[in-house]
Amino acid sequence: MLEIRNLHASVEGTEILHGINLSVKSGEVHAIMGPNGSGKSTLAKVLAGREGYTVVRGDVSYEGRDLLSMLPEDRARQGVFLGFQYPVEIPGVSNMYFLKTALNSVRKYNGLEELDAMDFLVLAKEKMKLVEMDEALINRAVNEGFSGGEKKRNEVFQMAVLEPRLAILDETDSGLDIDALRIVAKGVNALRREDRAMILITHYQRLLNYIVPDRVHVLLDGRIVKSGGKELALELEEKGYSWVEEAMAGKQAVNS
Amino acid sequence: MIDLLEEKKGYIASFAQFEQSSHAREHSWLDGIRQDSIARFDELGFPTTRQEEWRFTNIAPLAKIPFKPADSIPSSLTISDISRYTVCEARCTQLVFLNGFYSDSLSTVKFLPKGVKIISLAKALETDRAVLEPLLTESSSCQSNAFAALNTAFMTDGAFVHIPHGIALKDPIHLLFLSTRQTDPAISVPRSIIVVESESQASIVESYASLDKGVYFTNSITELYVGAGGQVDHYKLQRESDDAFHVATVRVLQERDSTYSSHSLSLGGSLVRSNLNVVLNGTGADCQLNGLYVTRRQQHVDNHTTIDHAKPHCASRELYKGILDDSSSAVFNGRIVVRKDAQKSNARQTNKNLLLSKDAAINTTPQFEIFADDVKCTHGATIGQLNEEELFYLRSRGIDRDAARTLLTYAFASELLTAIKIKPIQCQIDLVLLNRLSRAS
Repeated sequence: MLEIRNLHASVEGTEILHGINLSVKSGEVHAIMGPNGSGKSTLAKVLAGREGYTVVRGDVSYEGRDLLSMLPEDRARQGVFLGFQYPVEIPGVSNMYFLKTALNSVRKYNGLEELDAMDFLVLAKEKMKLVEMDEALINRAVNEGFSGGEKKRNEVFQMAVLEPRLAILDETDSGLDIDALRIVAKGVNALRREDRAMILITHYQRLLNYIVPDRVHVLLDGRIVKSGGKELALELEEKGYSWVEEAMAGKQAVNS
Repeated sequence: MIDLLEEKKGYIASFAQFEQSSHAREHSWLDGIRQDSIARFDELGFPTTRQEEWRFTNIAPLAKIPFKPADSIPSSLTISDISRYTVCEARCTQLVFLNGFYSDSLSTVKFLPKGVKIISLAKALETDRAVLEPLLTESSSCQSNAFAALNTAFMTDGAFVHIPHGIALKDPIHLLFLSTRQTDPAISVPRSIIVVESESQASIVESYASLDKGVYFTNSITELYVGAGGQVDHYKLQRESDDAFHVATVRVLQERDSTYSSHSLSLGGSLVRSNLNVVLNGTGADCQLNGLYVTRRQQHVDNHTTIDHAKPHCASRELYKGILDDSSSAVFNGRIVVRKDAQKSNARQTNKNLLLSKDAAINTTPQFEIFADDVKCTHGATIGQLNEEELFYLRSRGIDRDAARTLLTYAFASELLTAIKIKPIQCQIDLVLLNRLSRAS
């Protein structure tokens, strides 16, 4: 589904990603772990098409198409979803209007009939249950005055409504207490499907107690330095990122 | 900068003719007020950008056009021709003016409680001289504004609303000022006087629009008196045509414990100057001034507001927002005066501007003159562009760039739109705005 090859990307002239390679198949859940500043969020933003993130080298193919040449909105319409680490507050735009507009843009693009307000509301209410979201939030302005947990639930709720093929969740777990984390994870698990892939970007192993990944990758200084099964996350938890860092340093010393 | 002396002479010559016209002859008791006003206009002359009050608004393009006083021409228009400008037609009393002159055939006056008067000023000058003479003498005695003086010199018609003590009018009163094509570029000078006496309540809507394209000049004055404990919601919808000039002065005098809200929505016109002066003239008076100006192309819109806290324990809140596109420009000048004895005054002023184009320009100036010591006054002004993070968030959900820009721009204005309590107006402005914004992007 997703094929990232030798991806180099820079922000404001500084290269952050130094050659990422990653292959994600339909139905898989991948976790990308790494310390602060390792390039996790940059990778997420490059995949979603945020302006200001320049791809220097490499390519990304999504379902056989060149992802990097697509506009952000077209990526979304073709099924790419980014769950934001810091969801933006948009005063004056109701959550309901925003998401209905988004869903109908996606549906129209894919040749489906647009939903009217009533049909949308029925769908929205059903999906809100998935993340135990307070129904009142749908009529509030997008994320405005939402607590950290409400914002993250809102992200998973949007994902549930938009039903992407590839979901990239950028630190959806950060800043959540254990109850919120459990609810968000439950929502994400309910959305796992054979025809959907997910990339979980996280700093902590904790999330992976609730969402069990098929593959775990360690991102360090803009490179994936180690990949493994779900047990890699536990190993990281136990030994810390310094363990990988030291191992890497050792390898480099041997090589030089 | 030229002094526009020749341009001034044109109006003075027109006045000599006007004095002989039937409009002027009908109400000869106004002769003194008219002559004082044209003399005042002569003395003041057209303002120039050397004057502080007009620093950012050059009215030379307006002054250079030899506008002639509009005439009341017979019209074959029917109510359906003007339906797009009507609000809540079913319940509303609506006075319609063509080029400043009352049109009886286009107006609808619903059943009104006893004592309530909603008539044309031309008629009121005959029937209500006792009320009007002191008001007009008072307001023309201290004119510091050339345009106001010009209005008073030439005034013949407009609206007169009188609501006696203790009457709450539920349905809005709509004053619809329409311009139509005239042989020469014409100036219309609507003058409206609205008196809401103590403990009464009214909702007044003023609309300015045009049925034809072309150059014309609306120079209006609206005077509003809110008696003790009275409550007035006032809407001004400025939707003049693209080539129009619009200079308007609204003066509000509020008595003790009265409440006044103003919603000034400025969408049209090529050169617009809007003066709104509120005097809080009794303790406990409260006003809320909301303003939205949306400009594009070469439009220039200037909002000058003054809130005069003349008595203690009054509160004012002001929120003006501007959305500027292309090479349009705008001015916001918010003057707040707190008199020496006006202790415990509370004034809050906010002006926010969204620039959609790098060629758009805004000049925003708070002007506080505070002579009391126990007051709370705050102000804030912002100028910004659409937020890239917000745009990306919307696009990442499948909303295209143009739609995302429209949505965010609309959102910027939304708190002013939701403050509009008359639903049909809210819907109309919603539509005009969305239509305008989606075409812009």
